[in-house]
Amino acid sequence: MSDYYGSLDLPPLRLDLDLADLERRFHLKSRQWHPDRFARASAAEQEAALDASSVLNDAYRTLRDPLRRAEYALRLAGLNIGEPGNKDVPADLLEEVFDFNMALEEADTDEIGVARERFADMRNEIDEQMLMLFARHDAAPDRATLEELRALLNRRRYIANLISTASGEGIRH
Amino acid sequence: MGTFQIDFGTTKPSPRIIGIDLGTTNSLSAYLDPTGTPQVIPGADGRPLVPSVVHYPLEGAPVVGYEAIERLKSDPARTVYSAKRLMGRALADIAGEHLTYAIDEAASSQVIHLALGMTPPEVGAAVLRVLKQNAEAHLGEPVTQAVITVPAYFNDAQRQATKDAGRIAGLEVLRLVNEPTAAALAYGLDKRKQGIIAVYDLGGGTFDISILKLHEGIFEVLATNGDTHLGGDDIDQLLMQVALEDLATEWGLDLTADPSAYQSLRQAVIAAKHALSTAPAVSLEFAWLGKEYRRELTREIFDRLILPIVDRTLGPCRRCLADAGVTVEQIDEVVLVGGSTRIPLVRSAVENLFRSRPHTELNPDEVVALGAAVQAGILAGDVQDTLLLDVTPLSLGLETMGGVVTKLIHRNSTIPASATETFTTAIDGQRNVLIHAVQGERELVKDCRSLARFDLKDIPPMPAGLPKIEVRFLIDANGILNVSAKELRSGQQHSMEVTPSYGLTDDQVEAMILASIEHAEDDFRERQVREARVEADQILAAIDKAKANAAWDALTSEERATVSLATNQLLLAYHGDNHEVILAKIEELNQATHPLAETMMNTAVQGALKGTKI
Repeated sequence: MSDYYGSLDLPPLRLDLDLADLERRFHLKSRQWHPDRFARASAAEQEAALDASSVLNDAYRTLRDPLRRAEYALRLAGLNIGEPGNKDVPADLLEEVFDFNMALEEADTDEIGVARERFADMRNEIDEQMLMLFARHDAAPDRATLEELRALLNRRRYIANLISTASGEGIRH
Repeated sequence: MGTFQIDFGTTKPSPRIIGIDLGTTNSLSAYLDPTGTPQVIPGADGRPLVPSVVHYPLEGAPVVGYEAIERLKSDPARTVYSAKRLMGRALADIAGEHLTYAIDEAASSQVIHLALGMTPPEVGAAVLRVLKQNAEAHLGEPVTQAVITVPAYFNDAQRQATKDAGRIAGLEVLRLVNEPTAAALAYGLDKRKQGIIAVYDLGGGTFDISILKLHEGIFEVLATNGDTHLGGDDIDQLLMQVALEDLATEWGLDLTADPSAYQSLRQAVIAAKHALSTAPAVSLEFAWLGKEYRRELTREIFDRLILPIVDRTLGPCRRCLADAGVTVEQIDEVVLVGGSTRIPLVRSAVENLFRSRPHTELNPDEVVALGAAVQAGILAGDVQDTLLLDVTPLSLGLETMGGVVTKLIHRNSTIPASATETFTTAIDGQRNVLIHAVQGERELVKDCRSLARFDLKDIPPMPAGLPKIEVRFLIDANGILNVSAKELRSGQQHSMEVTPSYGLTDDQVEAMILASIEHAEDDFRERQVREARVEADQILAAIDKAKANAAWDALTSEERATVSLATNQLLLAYHGDNHEVILAKIEELNQATHPLAETMMNTAVQGALKGTKI
């Protein structure tokens, strides 16, 4: 796995990142490594620049998005997150999901819309909790926090699926 | 901003890199002058634009540019226009397009072949060769390296085809730059601009929209979108339909059956279109075989006619805004590029969408080439503080079970961008793994553009799932895919056979380069022969004239025989293809006529003394 943190001179597994600072780092490193700077260098140097700049671009794309950043950090820490197709319903959502499926089956658009709103609120709440976990982890990195983050991300993924189903974009579960 | 390098006299200046806009309708080149200002390069006629039209005469070198436009009418079957629309495409892609030159329908399905024999990259190369020669003549030095612009929405095959065209023309293409991004470079260079700009580029054949963020010399493309088959050509075809229908009812003639007539009408239509950008109404006039057609065309009718085309540009604009994550209000400036943005309806559509008056200070025909010259300056190290960060316009994906696409690199990712995937075998002893890469946004393989197939070969026989081959997909700064494979346990490079779905193979391009060099020599030799023949014509004419002179009779019979012999020998050499032999025979004839010339001179002097005219 490529070292995204290293390519932007950031401490590994840092979760709470300032986006303006991240962009400054990205621009600085781009000026250093972009292949345009090596148009007349040796083949080996060009190869190295291509490699470094592609990792840099991938790093910036991943780290500037909090969700992708969290997923990357978890993988880096050896914590695999759930498969995208995971259909196990979180226990506290059982009743909610049952009602939602009923509404889908009956094509009750009003009820689906209400459910969508509720799921969206849940997702926003999760996003806030995620940022809190980011700060907690950076202040005192420990595996328990990362595991908590993983559980949160799996739940978020499940809810995001419900939202896209309710929006009529996703596949029916 | 240009920086001057101090020359200590020990280092040879690096060869100059020129910027080239290889357009659907017109092409031109530009360079960065010593003050760091991009300048367009004029041709021998003083005009910088070279129409992207190539006429292939039965014998001799291709004719390119304005002269070739004349041949569109007189010899349409041998005159190629809008070849850029065929770049990197296959036969199936251009169904329904009316061209006055024929396509070889029986040739390979991977690359379009014209009935004349050549492929679109070779036609592009003919245009590039002229730009190269113009640049060499203007700059007084050889030019071998270039930056060439491509529509931002060009896919892998179209980009590769453009690079091939450069190679065939003898140019090392150091970078392909997206046209709207190049335009942004040309606009943003002098003013230290900051903020978010949108570049709306409607050219002869393609449409692009790009949204960029400018920050301290960094031009970061946030998103791009477009349509590589939407432009002025489509407007021409709409107008053609109207005129053709008129002619069918008025004259009872189907003009599509007559390419010469079709081209004459097409040029009349294009002239009317151009005039309508400034005039409220024009009269479309066309005469053919003693018949005259005349139709009043108001801007109102024209606008109504082209509205669907203008509307087709708005969808990509909205998707681009969404992908860039910016609202219309956040766009600080809008730049217009491409000849079709001269159309008032296009301008007002852009103005309505972005709610701001677009920039048009730079000539929309030249701005892309000027930007390409800036990028050339960046590559040469002459421009230090400016850097372009561009994106890939289309997602890259792999075919998985059931013809479904798994996306590896998403559209609008900053390039270079990469992704790695690990592959293994599904059955015991499996020796090959096939990977199919596609480009596009759709979910199913059949709705995306096939890019290439990679065959991971010679996998040692092992139980299923044991071999682990890591494949790295890398889109380089030109937007072209590079793929490499590594056997994970040994760490060795794994061999792979690449079969591009569209385009020329490396061997084919090499063969074309060789052919073009041979032709270049042929062309040169032919010119030398022609020049020698002109010289021979002059001396033969002089001798014919001299034989009527009294001096001829004054020669000894031996002297006359020598002249006759040399004359016959020159006539024999005349139709050969060796200019050196012709020149040698001219010289021999010259020697043989010395006594004649002397006698004539003497006769002249005597005549003058006698006061009589000879």
